[in-house]
Order: sequence, then structure tokens, then C-alpha cells
Amino acid sequence: MDFGASVIEVSGLRRRYGQSGDGGFEAVRGVSFTVRRGELFALLGTNGAGKTSTVELLEGLARPTEGRVRVLGHDPYEERRAVRPRIGVMLQEGGFPSELTVAETVTMWAGCTTGARPVGEALALVQLTDRRDVRIKQLSGGERRRLDLALALLGRPEVLFLDEPTTGLDPEARHMTWELVRALRDEGTTVLLTTHYLEEAEALADRLAIMREGRIVAGGTPAEVIGGYPARIRFAMPDGWFVGDLPPLAALGVLRHEEGAGRIELQTKELQRTLTGLLVWAREKDIELDGLDARTASLEEAFLAIAGTTAGRGE
Amino acid sequence: MAGNGMRPAGTTGTGVPTSSTTVAGRALALGRAELTLLLRNKSALYITLLMPVFMVYAMRSGTKNLDLEATGLSVKEVTMTGAFGYVLLFVVYYHLMSAYTARREELVLKRLRTGETGDAEILAGAALPSAAIALAQCVLLVVAGSVWLDMPAPARPDLLLVGVLLGIVLLAALAAASTALARTSESAQLAAMPLAMVSMLGSGMFWPLAAMPEALARFCEVLPMTPVVELMRTGWLGGASTAEILGRLGAALVWVIVGVFAVRRWFRWEPRR
Repeated sequence: MDFGASVIEVSGLRRRYGQSGDGGFEAVRGVSFTVRRGELFALLGTNGAGKTSTVELLEGLARPTEGRVRVLGHDPYEERRAVRPRIGVMLQEGGFPSELTVAETVTMWAGCTTGARPVGEALALVQLTDRRDVRIKQLSGGERRRLDLALALLGRPEVLFLDEPTTGLDPEARHMTWELVRALRDEGTTVLLTTHYLEEAEALADRLAIMREGRIVAGGTPAEVIGGYPARIRFAMPDGWFVGDLPPLAALGVLRHEEGAGRIELQTKELQRTLTGLLVWAREKDIELDGLDARTASLEEAFLAIAGTTAGRGE
Repeated sequence: MAGNGMRPAGTTGTGVPTSSTTVAGRALALGRAELTLLLRNKSALYITLLMPVFMVYAMRSGTKNLDLEATGLSVKEVTMTGAFGYVLLFVVYYHLMSAYTARREELVLKRLRTGETGDAEILAGAALPSAAIALAQCVLLVVAGSVWLDMPAPARPDLLLVGVLLGIVLLAALAAASTALARTSESAQLAAMPLAMVSMLGSGMFWPLAAMPEALARFCEVLPMTPVVELMRTGWLGGASTAEILGRLGAALVWVIVGVFAVRRWFRWEPRR
């Protein structure tokens, strides 16, 4: 087996809706990335960044306007018969006939799926066993998502596409889904997932890409993506003390500082050095740094900086 | 199916060797689900099981008032053979238009398209219960006609069967194409009316073309259902020349091709946003 080989290859991908020219809308504007076998790859982005438009091209639901997609070495649109039996798909919004029961729905899907798991096993995977005879219309939104996941996993796919798999799930069901996805990845399944929950990407992804306005604007392992962003220390000083009273900030490794609402924020790439300097100084001066909070950069900070939400970072 | 069911051992799951699904297997799985849905939908059941019978009864009085001399047929013969047309209209066209629209709006079609089932298989699978019920009703009509109504056995059962099968394919295709006009399964029933009305009046179901004024008959000859209705009538009662039969077969095939083309051109797999 060629472990480590690319399972998904995307280059120069573009997708335009509507007519060419000014009337249409280009949702995907030149996206390239690869996903290796057994890897869990997350596509992040705000709503409208082009994640779903991209994933639909990888799933073979539409033909790209431009560019090239290969899934397991095949064009997923032109060679759908070669690709589909080996992939599992969970759409952002897919549907089931509302008058069928859960078990009937899985049975129907199993009849259309190569090497399908038994119905009972599929339902147990997503903990819907006790809902098997309930009609779809009586399921909660979260239960429908789990049923959708069960169908995506039904054929023991080599490649799994999950478009916002945990949207609408309660925290318990979300963690169940994460455990399931991790277990599948550990068994060698390649997973491509989109999400707008950053902690989900941070918890699951081996590598990720952040999309903005149809382009990938950052990518790598979570550590690499976060690595470019400084850690932050926040605190308030007692009355009568000011930023100018601190030791020289550059000597502490501080890159930038901000002041507002009585609180000070220091940004640094050397959190331990900066924090040690700050705390030693505070002990020498015998002052209390109120509400002291120090944290390394998280994916959330990186994401907000990269994806450029209009709200910015608050302060 | 291409022979791609094999997967590299040890990559996922249990590595149990698997055999690929087949076209028939997939269509049957979808057809079974669609039959379950039909059995749970009272108004659809009413339309597919009772409407054709009701139409036979209702349109018989219309046929009675016509001058059938030019056709050489009795009221009974026109009514019983025209009934095949009602079966196709209500069991296949009317029901499928509503079912396809409902599946599209529930995003079922979109979800199915992510799987192994091909586009044509999805539509054909969903049409299986309608096709089976339509066939059964046609058999019942022939049995009822020849056992209780003193009608002859079908003169050309082969032609009758070809007519019914072409009719099922044609009306399923027209149903799928017509869903472009509807947003809900309720509005689908309204949108089904124009073709249903035109076909009932003009395709010879209760008013044979031979009994129409010449100019009108010329026009009605090119309506979508006319060739299959004429084929089914000839299949039961006989009495058409080989040239006429070939002409109708050709016309029916042209309409099937037009229907399939219309589906490819206009059928939408997901709701309009």
C-alpha cells in the first residue's frame, strides 16, 4: 500500500455559479491542496467562504468551472462509478423521506451501497439503536445529522467527506462524533471535513486550510497555522501604576502592547520569558496584577486574524 | 457497474471482501422505500388505486353521447381500452410528479446523488411501484373486460404490452420533466393538470380520433399520449394495418426520446433557493 500517497489532489480549482462575466458569482477562486492517505484534513472558513462549493466538487456532485480534482486517482465527476463505492459523503444539508423510519432509511441506503454494514451495526455506531423504528419527521436535528453520518459510514469508505458534521449537535453528541471520526482515522480512513467550529478543527485535524472569499489563505498543521501568531498576556495594574512603570518591554520580548478599559495586553512570541519578567517585576514591586491571564495563540486567534471577520479582535 | 468493488486490504473497516451493488439491486432498494412511502400516503393511494376506476365510470357517459360509427367500436370497447390511458395518467404521471417533487424538496434526491446510484437509476427506482401498479391495473382491465364484459381476449398482446411499457416510460419521463414547474408536491398536482386534461380530451381515451373532425384528429395525433393509447387499443382490439402500427410505434418512440431529453434539460435535483 502506498501509505502517505495523496488520496485527494486539487489544483487550480474554480467554481462559478450563473453565467460567466459580471452576472455570475465565483465561489471558488483557484484552490489547490492535497490530502494524504489516512490524514484528517479540515477546511475552515466563515459562511460563504466557499467550503461547501469546494467539497461538492470533490464529491463529484458538480463539474468544476476550471481546475483539476482527483479522488483516489480518479476524476470524481467523470468517473463517478469508480469513485463512489469507495467514498462516504455527509452533505451540509441532505434529506431523507420524512415518512420512512430510521431503519427503513438505512436499509434503503444499504441496498445502494457496496459492502454495506448491517443496519444494526450502522445505527449502533451513531447511537441511534433505540430510535430505529421512529419516523424521520420525528427526529431532532441532531439525530438527523447522526443518521446522515451513519449513511456516510455505511460502506466502510476509504475517503470520508463530512460537511459541517456537528452543526446542530449538543455537546455530548459532538464529542461522540469526534470520537467516531478519530477512530475511523486511526483505522486508516482519510477524512476531509469542513467546520466553522475552530475547536473541532484543533481537536481533530492533522492539517487544515483556511478559506476566505473562495481562496485558501493559510494552511498547514494546526501548530504551523497557530505558530505565526503571538501569545497574549492580559492584566490590570493597581491605581497609580502605568505601562511606563513596567520594565523595558522589548527586553521582555514583547512585540506589541495595547491599553484599554484599565487593562493592558502584551503580545509576545516568547510567552515564558515575557511572563517570567513580568511576574518577577511584580514581586519586586510588591503589586498585584489583577485578572492576570496568559495564553498561547489558539486557532481561534489565528482564524480571526486570517479570515478577517468584520468584528476583528475586539479591543 | 465497473468492477471497482474491491478495496485495498487493511485500509478501512474490516477488510471483508465486498461485491458491488447492481443496477437492479439499487433500483429495487429505492423502489421498496418508495412503495412504503406510497402505502403511508392516503391521498396518493386514493389517486393511484381509485382514480382510474372512477375515470372509467365518469368518462363512459361522455363516450355514450358520441357518434362512434366511423370507428367501428362499441362504447364498451372505447371505454375499456381508453382506461389504459387513465391508468398511465394517474398512476404514473400524476403520482410520480408529486413524488419526484416531494423527494427533491426534502433533499432526498440530492442525498441519493452522493451515493453509487446513477441519475437515471434514481428516477427509475422511484418509479418502480407506479410501474408495477400500472401494469397490474392493465392486466385487471383485460381480465375484467374478457371475463365479465364479453370482450375478446387481446388480439395482439405483444403490442398491448409494448404500448403499456412505452407509456410507463414516457409518462415517468414527462412527470420528471414537469417537476420543473412545481415547488411543492401540492403544486405539482396542479401543474400536472394541463397535460392530464389535454391527454384525456385529445389522446383518444374517451373520444377516439376516428370519431373526431378531420382537422382536430390531425392535431390530436401529435399529442404525447396519442400513439401509446392507440397502440394499446390496437393491442387489445386489433384492426390496424402494419403501416399504422409502425407509425404509432415510431411516434411513441419519438415522444419517449423527447421526454428523456426534457428530463436531461430541465430536471432539477435540488430545490431552487
